[in-house]
Amino acid sequence: MSLSLKRKDLMIVNMGPQHPSMHGVLRLIVTLDGEDVIDCEPILGYLHRGMEKIAENRSIIQYLPYVTRWDYLATMFTEAITVNAPEFLENIQIPKRASYIRVIMLELSRIASHLLWLGPFMADLGAQTPFFYIFRERELIYDLFEAVTGMRMMHNYFRIGGVAADLPYGWMDKCLDFCDYFLQGVVEYQELITQNPIFLERVEGVGFISGEEAVNWGLSGPMLRASGIQWDLRKIDPYESYNQFDWKVQWQKEGDSLARYLVRVGEMRESIKIIQQAVEKIPGGPYENLEARRFKKAKNPEWNDFEYRFLGKKPSPNFELSKQELYVRVEAPKGELGIYLVGDDSLFPWRWKIRPPGFINLQILPQLVKKMKLADIMTILGSIDIIMGEVDR
Amino acid sequence: MIIDRVEVETINSFSKLELFKEIYGLIWILPIFALLLGITIEVLVIVWLEREISASIQQRIGPEYAGPLGLLQAIADGTKLLLKEDILPSRGDIPLFSIGPSIAVISILLSFLVIPLGYRFVLADLSIGVFLWIAISSIAPIGLLMAGYSSNNKYSFLGGLRAAAQSISYEIPLTFCVLAISLLSNSLSTVDIVEAQSKYGFFGWNLWRQPIGFLVFLISSLAECERLPFDLPEAEEELVAGYQTEYSGIKYGLFYLVSYLNLLVSSLFVTVLYLGGWNFSIPYISFFGFFQMNKIIGILEMVIGIFITLTKAYLFLFISITIRWTLPRMRMDQLLNLGWKFLLPISLGNLLLTTSFQLVSL
Repeated sequence: MSLSLKRKDLMIVNMGPQHPSMHGVLRLIVTLDGEDVIDCEPILGYLHRGMEKIAENRSIIQYLPYVTRWDYLATMFTEAITVNAPEFLENIQIPKRASYIRVIMLELSRIASHLLWLGPFMADLGAQTPFFYIFRERELIYDLFEAVTGMRMMHNYFRIGGVAADLPYGWMDKCLDFCDYFLQGVVEYQELITQNPIFLERVEGVGFISGEEAVNWGLSGPMLRASGIQWDLRKIDPYESYNQFDWKVQWQKEGDSLARYLVRVGEMRESIKIIQQAVEKIPGGPYENLEARRFKKAKNPEWNDFEYRFLGKKPSPNFELSKQELYVRVEAPKGELGIYLVGDDSLFPWRWKIRPPGFINLQILPQLVKKMKLADIMTILGSIDIIMGEVDR
Repeated sequence: MIIDRVEVETINSFSKLELFKEIYGLIWILPIFALLLGITIEVLVIVWLEREISASIQQRIGPEYAGPLGLLQAIADGTKLLLKEDILPSRGDIPLFSIGPSIAVISILLSFLVIPLGYRFVLADLSIGVFLWIAISSIAPIGLLMAGYSSNNKYSFLGGLRAAAQSISYEIPLTFCVLAISLLSNSLSTVDIVEAQSKYGFFGWNLWRQPIGFLVFLISSLAECERLPFDLPEAEEELVAGYQTEYSGIKYGLFYLVSYLNLLVSSLFVTVLYLGGWNFSIPYISFFGFFQMNKIIGILEMVIGIFITLTKAYLFLFISITIRWTLPRMRMDQLLNLGWKFLLPISLGNLLLTTSFQLVSL
């Protein structure tokens, strides 16, 4: 911003928090020289709700309904990381069936998230129609979620030691039907979008990030993989049962917005592959580790009182987090979603540090948009894929 | 318009009385109102078409409650805009803010003067015909620029500047295409241009003699209308609504009207310049040659001519509407590159080719 004040003919435009393409409430203070962007300063915090502080006086089961409000488009991942952290802290095993159910849910959620990235990204480029097409498929995913969890977006489905309920009868056939249908849908997107010359002209070479830069900025997820680095936590640091499926890490070496588009579309196909295998191979057995609730019971009987018994379907596990600390991570659709958890021999976490992928990925935005055109801001911002609920927490 | 010259003369011969003179004056106003009414109805139909076609492209239903098939939706929207509060930006330039939309509307409406809808069915068969349209339609960006400047809003200002830059750069290839057409038909009058295409029906269209010019004309007229691959002045994702950002109520409605009027004019001109206007266009079959020319047949012919013109025009409306809901938007520098580095040289080359062929054929 120091540069901008010297020349008088520069125009400072304030975009957001109310602006059609700021993906919620991001605010950018853009310095323009005609159509050229000289400088860009993002301002965050319009959706800050103190999610980390809230976690410090909730037990994990009480906190679970909050976490779907971080990244409200990839809700399963926030729940997964919230239960993974205490599970890893206390070394709780989960049944194989629960693990497979989690994988199916996570991958469906990844597809939903990538779909709701694709639509607004194309809308940012000016094409409104893909937005309606992606909703067609996304609705089906949410119907599947609704059948299992009872909710479409804010599921509250994962539990320490498993999931809240088993898959209903016939659900897996529905899921396989969806997989077949969705593969056709992806072909349709490819036909409509990928070869379009105007689209290619808008995204090719726009927002270039080299592999080294991507690592140095701490980028993760498709942002990193589009820059030629094959880094997928499902392969690198396997959790749940991802190492039992046959799938490939999607990556491109160009590092521009087109590469990020291709990586995400490829990931949707790979997710379908994982879901199909998981549905084929899912074992029987329990869907939750009932013993998990018996571990490390806190002495405080207050949480076993009468009025707390009816808070949920099952009694709130008065599950004590021991005095240890650890960092857990999953590969969310936006990138590496991590929790740094510090226990203090109490029901509540002493510290619950969230590493949101969108927040870290967003840091590179000012550098990318400099010396680009005004319209490229929207392309680059769209290709980063941010959700302000997660960025501001 | 409806009155033939013979009739005018007969009226003139009787108009020694003052009363007749006044009636005569009134009769001359009537066609203008008729045309205005027709244009309004057509715009309403275009709005409805745009909404229905976009709905079917996007797998939605579209308007269905206001009237049968939602036909009255556009009227309902227009009434709503008319009754809404007219908000003026507190530190804007109010006179300019109010004049802006009306300049844009008037300049577009004036270009309907020279459009022949049927055989001799034109408000003013001027000898400079097409150039009146080109001259007048370049006034509209001034209105947009006024609107953008006077809104005291940075988005509006950028939108107004973009509108000006865009229409200046696409006016030139457009003019070259029209020049090539007028060379072919040895006239600038729109009626003569259509007549020149009437000989071989379908095969006589300028489309076949000017394929390059046709494509260039199509692209630049889309850009002149600020339709989607080129709708940068009002790019929602970048400039909120461009020069319309601060407008509300009927002034916003006027801008909305301008965009559809512009589209209508462009597609009518595509019809007139390249698709043989009101001609029936099946070769070697003359529809009315068999009949004696009497009045009823004349009226019938006129009605059919109007119908054919509108059909051809609506074909182009359909194409531009589907383009709008399929393609993403271009960037400003790509838009200007396309205009100055691609369309301008091509249209210039096309004009030179046409000229040399005309010289050879002389």
